[in-house]
Order: sequence, then structure tokens, then C-alpha cells
Amino acid sequence: MDRDLRILVVEPDPERVLGIINALTDAGWSDVKALARISGLNRTVKEFVPDIVLIDLTNPDRDTLEHISDATESSKRPVALFVDHTDEDLTQAALNAGVSAYVVDGLKMERIKSVLETAIARFKVMRQMQSELDAAKQALEDRKTIDRAKGILMRQRDMSEDEAYSLLRKTAMDQNRKVIDVAQALVTAADLLS
Amino acid sequence: MNGTVLNCGYVPLVDCAPLVIAKELGFAAEEGLALNLVRQPSWSALRDMLALGHLEAAQMLSPMPVAMSMGLGGLPARVDTLMVLSVNGTVFGVSNAVAAKLGDVPFGDADALLSALRAHSSGPLRIGVPFHYSMHRLLLSYWTSADEGFAVEEVTVPPPRMADAVAEEFVDAFWVGEPWGSVAVQRNVGQVMMTGGDVWKFAPEKVLAARHDWVENNTDSVRRLMRAVYHASSWLDSSKNRTLAVEILARSEHLSMSPDLIDPALSGQIVPRLHAAPRTVERFVGFNRHAASFPWRSQAAWIAHHLGADAVGIEKAKACFRSDLYRQNLSGVGVDMPGASEKVEGALKFETAVASTRGHMILAPDAFFDGKTFDFAG
Repeated sequence: MDRDLRILVVEPDPERVLGIINALTDAGWSDVKALARISGLNRTVKEFVPDIVLIDLTNPDRDTLEHISDATESSKRPVALFVDHTDEDLTQAALNAGVSAYVVDGLKMERIKSVLETAIARFKVMRQMQSELDAAKQALEDRKTIDRAKGILMRQRDMSEDEAYSLLRKTAMDQNRKVIDVAQALVTAADLLS
Repeated sequence: MNGTVLNCGYVPLVDCAPLVIAKELGFAAEEGLALNLVRQPSWSALRDMLALGHLEAAQMLSPMPVAMSMGLGGLPARVDTLMVLSVNGTVFGVSNAVAAKLGDVPFGDADALLSALRAHSSGPLRIGVPFHYSMHRLLLSYWTSADEGFAVEEVTVPPPRMADAVAEEFVDAFWVGEPWGSVAVQRNVGQVMMTGGDVWKFAPEKVLAARHDWVENNTDSVRRLMRAVYHASSWLDSSKNRTLAVEILARSEHLSMSPDLIDPALSGQIVPRLHAAPRTVERFVGFNRHAASFPWRSQAAWIAHHLGADAVGIEKAKACFRSDLYRQNLSGVGVDMPGASEKVEGALKFETAVASTRGHMILAPDAFFDGKTFDFAG
């Protein structure tokens, strides 16, 4: 049975960790450890001896983990391996979900496959939420910049708000740029000249 | 944007400049390429994305394609080095605590620094490097192995975290690419003692890499990409373009940091410690001049040798440095080509004129700090 796999999750965001651990526990894996900070990674890997390490693809500490995998020379040498090269579908799914896996050498792919599938599902949800949050934040930032640009036009060219926005939009269309880019340029120029 | 879309991975460091300039100043567009630069948080992520086909090309540490071709590290794959993106451009520094113990060691004296470190360290020195398969690590072990009794513990630390690692005493010393050495200095946690060039005067640092099968099947895109990057690197080597280059690199979508931190690398004015006068380092980083972008097969051989390769491994490594493609794809745009694709590494003590197709080639010094030479021919 593969229920006795030791799984280490490296993830600095506590909420994400919780989500992933819950998903893994629900799926029947209870021997899961989470690690937020890389400074303890070396020791944790040596003490806990995980069969598989799950880490976010966007985590810069992956390089550190890879080095530990490379340098650990025992029969249980964990090999830094992205999900099985031969299973292309799973590999693509993991990449798209932003999860990378480091598994112990010799571990059967079937055993980690289900762990990965569970983790991938969880990573996907988290990633979706993150990108929605990022998009909302960006939209808010853009709104502010466009408002500032409108304000500048209203003040300096004595325009109404609608006129100011129309001018921004027309300029953007004429120059084949986005409204936000034109607004950003205007705000930057105004900052330089003020 | 029009043209063939090319996804190209990079890690935000000063020496990603040829790729950023190729995109921003239109060198790629002139070649009919829409260069989509994809920022990557780590070298292993970048490598996996390239190997698994999410990226067509990537900036890589020069030992990475060699290691991958030799089957070392995670995810072996056949990866070609199309050209060298930059030569040198790294610094070695120590924490303030270690610097205080060392006393007065002349800046840039690799020998003196090694004996001072040896004399003043009680246990093994923990040294941070960005990645196991990096020129930093190879130079570090080459340099420290000159003193057999000197114990070093290598720790992998992502460059943006190097200053933190020094501040938290997680490492005693570091070997890192700019601007992260300058960041450690500005944060007053460490001091820069020498540059990578003090150990090897002409070390290939970053390379432009692509999957071997992609290279074989996309000859036209490869040629256009190489030409765009060549023109960008040539533009970068002109000192009159430095201010603009610094300004472009500093932008939020690229390195996203103060121009003051990027300028030292491009100007070769390295500030060794906080409030000290900058030291002028000649050829701190090179992009194009002195055949910097030429992928010498002997450089690949040196890398493979120091990764522990046997004769077979060295041949494989040589084959992945595509000097043949460089000649083929860049001769049409008037690039001067060296007469040979291999040289004796470490033999040049001074600038030396060598045989080349147009007869204008001057190679820069490539000596090692210990004066050794490496001849991998035959």
C-alpha cells in the first residue's frame, strides 16, 4: 500500500499548506510534514527522510532542494526529479498546476501518482484563487492610475471627466496601446514635469 | 506584436541584459521575432520548463546544458548552448564578521584571500552559491581546491535571498552574480572581496540554451534568435549605451530595482564595502567584445572536466556547445569568427590578436589565478 508514504510539503504560505495537507489527509496520507522556511530544509530532509517532496514550481528554494537531493548520497538518495518523464499527461498537469515533485529514487511511479494527483488538484484551486486575487489587485491599481491621468487632463485642459476618458481611449486606439499604458505614460510625464 | 512568438526563460540578474535589450530595443522584432521573456524564480524551474517544452529557449548558467547533456541533476535532456550570453560578472564576498577577522586583504587577490580565509577559519566555511550546476560553484571549488586542507561547505541559496542568508549567518561567504553582491554591500551585511574574473579571467557565465530537437527542427527561428541576441550584446558592450541599458533593466517588468544597484556591474565600478570608494574592475562583465558570445568547445570541456566527466562526457559536452551553429548563423551578418573552435583555456595573459575570418579578432586574457592551462584538444 502507498498510504505509508512520507510526504514533505515546502510552502511558505500557511493557508496553502493547510489546503494541501487537508487534501492529502482526506486522500488517506497522514504522514505529511510541512515546512515554510528553507533554512531548516537540510536538517528536515535528513531527519524526516521524505519519500516525496512537494514544492511550488514558483518557489525559488527549489534550487536548494535540488542541491540537497543531489548531494545526499545514501541508498535512499532522493533524486531531484520532476514528475515521471514518461507520464507526459501527469507531467503537464503538474506543470500547469504549478507543482513540482521530488521523489526518492526507485519509488514506483504508481505509488506517487495518486499523491501527485491529489496535490495537483489542490494546487490548481490555490493557483486559481491567487490569480483571481492578483487580477483584482491589478485592476484596482490600474483604476487608480487611469483616475489620476483623467484628473491631470481635467485640470490642465479643462475637460470634463467623460472628455478626459474619451481622449485617453482615443489616444490608446490611435497608438494601438492599452488605455492603462497611455494613462501610465501621462502620469509619469506629469510627475517628471511637476 | 507580429512575428514568430518565442518563449524565452530568464532569471532576473544583470547578465540577462542581452535578452532584455534584444526585446526592448527591437533587435528581436527586426528579425521577425516576438520575444516573450518569461521570468523564472529558480534555475531548476527554468530548466524543467525548457526540458518539458514550455519554453523554446532560455538563459542558463553555462554548466547547466553541459550537466543536462551528461545526464547529471534532475531531468536530463539534450540541450544545446547556442551562444554565450555573458562572460564573468560575479563576485565573491564574505559576511562582515568574517571580513573583520580577515583584516587587510587586497581587493581582487585570489591567492592572498585564500590563505587569509584558511588562516582565520576554525571550521568549514559555509559558502552560498546560487545553484549546484553554476560557474560560481565550479570557480569556487577550483579556487579553494588550491589549498587542500581548506574545508568548504557549499550551500545553495537563491540570489535574491543571498543578502538575507548572510545577515542571518546562514552562510559565512557567498559567490553570486550581480546585482546581488552589491545588494549585500548596500544592506551592510557583507563585503565584496574579489570578482569571478580574479579566479578565471574569461569564464563563460550565462548561455543561451535550447532543446536539441527544437534547434534541429527550427533552424530559421534559431538563426533569427541568435542574430537578435548578437546585435543586443554588441549594443550592450558600447559604453555610451550604458545609462539606457541600466534604465531599461531597472524597470519593474525586468529586475525591478534601483538603477544604483545595476550600474556597478555594467560600469565595472564595484563598491567593496559600504561607504568605500568603488574599485574599477576591467571587463567585469562582457557580452560581445573579444568573441565573448562565441561558444568555445574548450569552455564546455573545462566545465565537463570540473563536473567530473570522463573522455566520453567531455566529448558530449563539447558537442552541446554549438560553435558550428554560431559560425553558420552569424557569418552572414559580418561577425568576425575565430579560426578554431577550441583554444587552450588559460593560456592568454594579455590581449592577443588571433587568426579570424575578417582578421580583426583580439581575444581578452583568459588566465586562471594559479597560472594553469587546460588543453582538451584530441
